[in-house]
Amino acid sequence: MKVHEMGGIRAESDSSHAEPGSVPYVPVFAGAVKQELDALLPRYPQKAAALLPALWIVQRERGWVSDEAMTEVAQLLALTPAYVKGVVTFYTMYHQHPVGKYFIQVCTTSPCGACGAEKVVEAFLRHTRCGELGITSQDGRYTVIEVECLGACGFATPVMVNEEFIESVTPEKVPQLLSQLP
Amino acid sequence: MGYPQQSHPKETPVLSQYFGDAAARSLFVWKQRGGYAALEKALGMAPAEIVAEVKESGLRGRGGAGFPTGMKWSFMKPGDGKPHYLCVNADESEPGTFKDREIMRWTPHALIEGSAIASYAIGAETCYIYIRGEFTEPLRVMEAAVKEAYAAGIVGPNAMGTGKRIDVYVHKGAGAYICGEETALMNSLEGKRGNPRIKPPFPAVAGVFGKPTTINNVETLAAVPHVLNKGPAWYKAMSHSNPKSTGTKLFSVCGNIAKPGNYEVEMGFPFKDFLFDLCGGPLPGRRFKAIVPGGSSVPIQTVEEAEATLMDYEGFVAQGSMLGSGGVIVFDDAQCIVKHIARFARFYAHESCAQCTQCREGTAWCTRILERIERGHGTMEDLDTLLELSENMTGTTICVLSDSCAAPIVSGIQKFRAEFEAHITGKRCPLGATAAA
Repeated sequence: MKVHEMGGIRAESDSSHAEPGSVPYVPVFAGAVKQELDALLPRYPQKAAALLPALWIVQRERGWVSDEAMTEVAQLLALTPAYVKGVVTFYTMYHQHPVGKYFIQVCTTSPCGACGAEKVVEAFLRHTRCGELGITSQDGRYTVIEVECLGACGFATPVMVNEEFIESVTPEKVPQLLSQLP
Repeated sequence: MGYPQQSHPKETPVLSQYFGDAAARSLFVWKQRGGYAALEKALGMAPAEIVAEVKESGLRGRGGAGFPTGMKWSFMKPGDGKPHYLCVNADESEPGTFKDREIMRWTPHALIEGSAIASYAIGAETCYIYIRGEFTEPLRVMEAAVKEAYAAGIVGPNAMGTGKRIDVYVHKGAGAYICGEETALMNSLEGKRGNPRIKPPFPAVAGVFGKPTTINNVETLAAVPHVLNKGPAWYKAMSHSNPKSTGTKLFSVCGNIAKPGNYEVEMGFPFKDFLFDLCGGPLPGRRFKAIVPGGSSVPIQTVEEAEATLMDYEGFVAQGSMLGSGGVIVFDDAQCIVKHIARFARFYAHESCAQCTQCREGTAWCTRILERIERGHGTMEDLDTLLELSENMTGTTICVLSDSCAAPIVSGIQKFRAEFEAHITGKRCPLGATAAA
C-alpha cells in the first residue's frame, strides 16, 4: 500500500514548500491567539491535554502544522518537539504539508463504496485537475484525498471541503459544487 | 426517523422525536418541551438513587459492547476523595453508524442533560464530550448549546442553583477511528497518541488523567433523561424479545436500500419488517445479498439470518452476528462481497494504531490477500491463510480492532465461500470486468 493510497499527502505535491530556515518563523501564539490557548488550559488538570486543541489552532491560523509550529507548541505545553510530532503524525486531520486552498475529502469506506463513491472521487480528480489523490492542483486551489468513514453513511457520498460537510454528493453534482467555491 | 423523512408509524421516536427540527437546538424551545426537568429531579436525588433507577431500567451501552449502564456507574465510588471524570464518547466512526451525529446535530441539550445527570451520579465535576474532528456541524451545534447551558446556569460551578459543580467541555478529535475505543479516547484527551491501554486497570479505577472515569456513548446518555422522567418501568416495558434488552434503539441504515437513514425502534423489533417496511426494501430490480447489522466490526449476516432476527443484543447473536453500534449496512446482488470485505480490511489496516503486531501486520496482510483475490490473482490457499490470520488476530491484542477486522473476513468466507472461490477459479470478479492480467 502506498502512502497516498492510505490517505496521506505527498510532500512534493506543494511547490511552495520552502526549505527549512529560508523564511523566519513567525510564532502562531501571540496576542489574541495566545489568549485563546491560555483560556483552554484551565479545562484540563494537565497542560499536555491542550495539545490537540493547540494543534487545531495552528492549523486554523497557518493551514498546516510545520515542524517549527510543533516546536512552538511543545515549548508552550512543556513537551518535547519529538513528542508533539509523534502526536501530529498519529492523527489524519493535521496537515504536515501545505495543502490546496480547498482540501477535499471523499468518503470511500464500504457503505459509500457500495453507493458509488469511487465515481465521485474520479469526478473530483478530473474536475479539479488534480489528477491524483493527495496531489495539489497546479493552481494551488485543490487537494483531493480519500477519507475513511465520515460517519454519514446514510447520505452517501459525504464529502468534506475544508470545514464544510456536504451530504449525498454524486459525480454529476461535482462540477457545480466546485464552481460554487469562491 | 424525522430527518430527512417523516417518522414511520412503526417507529417509537424517543431520542429521534425532534430530529430535523432546528428549533429543538435552542435552550428556550428545549425547556418548553420539558428539557432539563430530569436534571432538576436528579440533582434532588442521592447519586445512588439515580444509579439504581438506571440499573432498574435495563439501559445498556449503545456504543457497541452493550454493558449495563447502571452497573458501570456503580463502579464509581463518590466521596473517595479523588476527582472523577465523565467522558462522552462522540467519536462515532464505526462504518455504517451515524446516529450520534444526528443526536448532537438536532438535540444537543438532550446530550448535555444526560451528561450532567451522569456526572452527578458518578461524583464527577468535569465532563468531556469528545467529538470526532470530522463532525464539524455537530461540533458547532454542541459548542453553542454548551455555551447556552453555561449562560443559563444549568451547568458550571453552581449547576441549576444547587451549589454543585458540573463543568462540560467539548473536545475535538483529530481523525482516528481507534479513539472511539474507550482507553484510546482517554489517551487522546490527555494529548497523547490514541493508543488503547491495557486493562486492568479499568477506567473506573484509573481512567483519564489516572483518575476514576466513566465513559458512555452519546445515545446511552441521551436516553438517561427519559428514564428519569418516565421511570424505569416505562423504559423496561419497551422490550419485545429478551428482557435483558430494553428501551428504544437508533439504527442507522445505509448501503443498497430504498430509504437509508436513522430509525428508532423498540428492542426486539423484527428485522425483516424493519428492512422491508420501514426502510422500503431493496432498490428497484435488486435483491439483498448480505447485511452487516451492527457496524463494520460485526459478522456479516445472510439475508435468511437477517430475516429471522429480532433486533436486540441477544437476537443478533442468535442469528450469527451482533447488535454492535446499530449501523446496518446493506449490500445487494450487484455488489461484490469480496470487494467490500477487502475494503473493510483496508479500513482497519488504515486505522490500526500499530501497537500490537497481530493487528499492525495482520490487518495489512489480510488487505493485500483480499485485494489480490478480488483482482483474480488469488489461490485457494489464500482462503486458509485468511482464516488462520483471522484466528491469530482474535482475542490476542490490547483492544478489539484486529478482532473487528477478522469478524467480517471469517463470516464472509463462511457464508459466501462460493463467491470467493468464483474469483479464484474464474481469475476475475464475476460481477466486474476486472479480469486478471
